[in-house]
Amino acid sequence: MIKVDNLKKSFGAKRAVDGVSFTVERGEVLGFLGPNGAGKSTTMRMVTGFIPPSEGKVSVGGFDMLEQPLPAKRLIGYLPENAPSYNDMTVHGFLSFTAEIRGMTGDTKKKAVDRVVEMCFLESVIHQSVDTLSKGYRHRTCFAQSIIHDPDVLVLDEPTDGLDPNQKHEVRSLIRRMGEKKAIIFSTHILEEVDAVCSRAIIIDRGRIVANWTPAQLRQQSELAGAVTLKATGVTSEHAQERLRTAAGVKNVSVVQKLPNLAWLRVYPASKEMNGALAREVASVAASQGWKIEELHTEEGRLDEVFRNITMTDTNKAPQS
Amino acid sequence: MNGFSTIKTITRRELGSYFSSPVAYVFIVIFLALCGIFTFLLGGFFERGEASLVRPFFDWHPWLYLFLVPAAGMRVWAEERRLGTLELLLTMPVTPWQAIVGKFLASWLFLIIALALTFPTVITVCYLGKPDMGTIITGYLGSALLAGAYLAVTCMTSAMTRNQVISFIVSVVICFFLIAVGWPPVTTFFSGLLPDRLVDLISTFSVLPHFAGFQRGVIDSRDVVFFVSIMGFALFCTGVIIRNIRSGH
Ligand SMILES: Nc1ncnc2c1ncn2[C@@H]1O[C@H](COP(=O)(O)OP(=O)(O)OP(=O)(O)O)[C@@H](O)[C@H]1O
Ligand SMILES: [Mg+2]
Repeated sequence: MIKVDNLKKSFGAKRAVDGVSFTVERGEVLGFLGPNGAGKSTTMRMVTGFIPPSEGKVSVGGFDMLEQPLPAKRLIGYLPENAPSYNDMTVHGFLSFTAEIRGMTGDTKKKAVDRVVEMCFLESVIHQSVDTLSKGYRHRTCFAQSIIHDPDVLVLDEPTDGLDPNQKHEVRSLIRRMGEKKAIIFSTHILEEVDAVCSRAIIIDRGRIVANWTPAQLRQQSELAGAVTLKATGVTSEHAQERLRTAAGVKNVSVVQKLPNLAWLRVYPASKEMNGALAREVASVAASQGWKIEELHTEEGRLDEVFRNITMTDTNKAPQS
Repeated sequence: MNGFSTIKTITRRELGSYFSSPVAYVFIVIFLALCGIFTFLLGGFFERGEASLVRPFFDWHPWLYLFLVPAAGMRVWAEERRLGTLELLLTMPVTPWQAIVGKFLASWLFLIIALALTFPTVITVCYLGKPDMGTIITGYLGSALLAGAYLAVTCMTSAMTRNQVISFIVSVVICFFLIAVGWPPVTTFFSGLLPDRLVDLISTFSVLPHFAGFQRGVIDSRDVVFFVSIMGFALFCTGVIIRNIRSGH
């Protein structure tokens, strides 16, 4: 549905986006991650046709964004960063206006407005003027606008920004549900959302894609991924560490924290493809030595660690101008 | 959806947003009050002893509009940029032209509504005597075209900035220029310095000689073309400015 090919954008001498390419098909939810100023919003603005790219091509549903902007834009629902909306209108007036611009009239329009009001929980503020809304409600109003025509393609720039935890949860499950039938791109700074919502995640750093993986693959990049954490009593940390080092498939063992009557260790595997084998090995060592296991689990890897490693290495190489 | 209904939707929204704020009513009251003051006090309506609306009423319009039209139009694009709704609007299936024309028409309609509300003046004149209705109608037509020309200039300056005050000041300056080049005190000053032909040429860029035709009851197609070209040119520039905003220059 969305095809982005070698997209570049310069603002004066500054390269905001530098050769970004990706595709999103129907049924996919693509998460956009990256540090502040990485070029996420700029990329989205080019995908939705607000900013013309300096170089490269965007096509949506087979329509080239520069050559056939109107048919392409009809397919897209867009929630811009900061969720702008017309301050002097009521929520209802604003949604009706956007429905009308999308070519809906009469009963169709009324149904569409009612539908998104219900989906985004806006009943209580429907006749309130937008500038008197709280930030979260304003955000939801603009989100409602983006799905009013039930678009095939959704581009959401930080859709959960400013929402309360319940609403964040609602919006995530809404995105996930809609993602089954639509092509969705959304950006976020909340890494849990990658797990909760995305089928694939792209990390952008200084205008370039530095990672394009599924959430599981992303976790695999973590040092921690596949490591086994053990908490046991009836043995000292040092002793357990010595013993486990020689176990099969173990690369390294570290002490997480030194405690008087608890051995708390992390066992790193020789290869990441061991899955549960390492945990079983640790368990059998513990059983044979008579240690009492308090806790034993295989780590999945931490996204924040991966994120930091990927984006930091790049900044270190060439600091931002 | 075809282009016209998109324009209609945008125009309706814009017009609605004028009337949803008290500013619109304040504007209309000030406009009517100033019209009255200029016509009846400064224009010497009563001293003339003739029941003509044309001179004392319409004579002031180029000056009255000089401040009121930029005041009414300065928000058109500046506000859209400040709120970020420009991004929303232009990522909907709307061409920049539809947005430009739709917004311009809304503001123009607003000004025309304000102008139409001066009808009690017409009634007064009819009551006092037998005015030439034809001249009154052409006068109103000229006044509406004049307002449209100023408004298009204001739309252009409004697109240049997020700041409404700057937009106001710049459009007042440009509109003043459009008056001044044909304003007798200025033309007499220049006629001492420049050849007459040149002074005449420059003064054809002024709104005053073109507006005067309408006050005499004449609709000259050249005058209409003049005002329409100002609108077309200024709106074209608005389009260029908006294209530049989008590409980030
Ligand atoms: N209109 C503009 N003019 C000049 N520079 C711009 C413009 N828009 C964006 N930039 C620059 O482009 C870079 C990328 O900005 P962008 O908004 O895309 O970042 P982002 O990834 O969305 O960041 P954030 O996480 O803070 O939202 C930034 O350095 C920004 O300063
Ligand atoms: Mg952003």
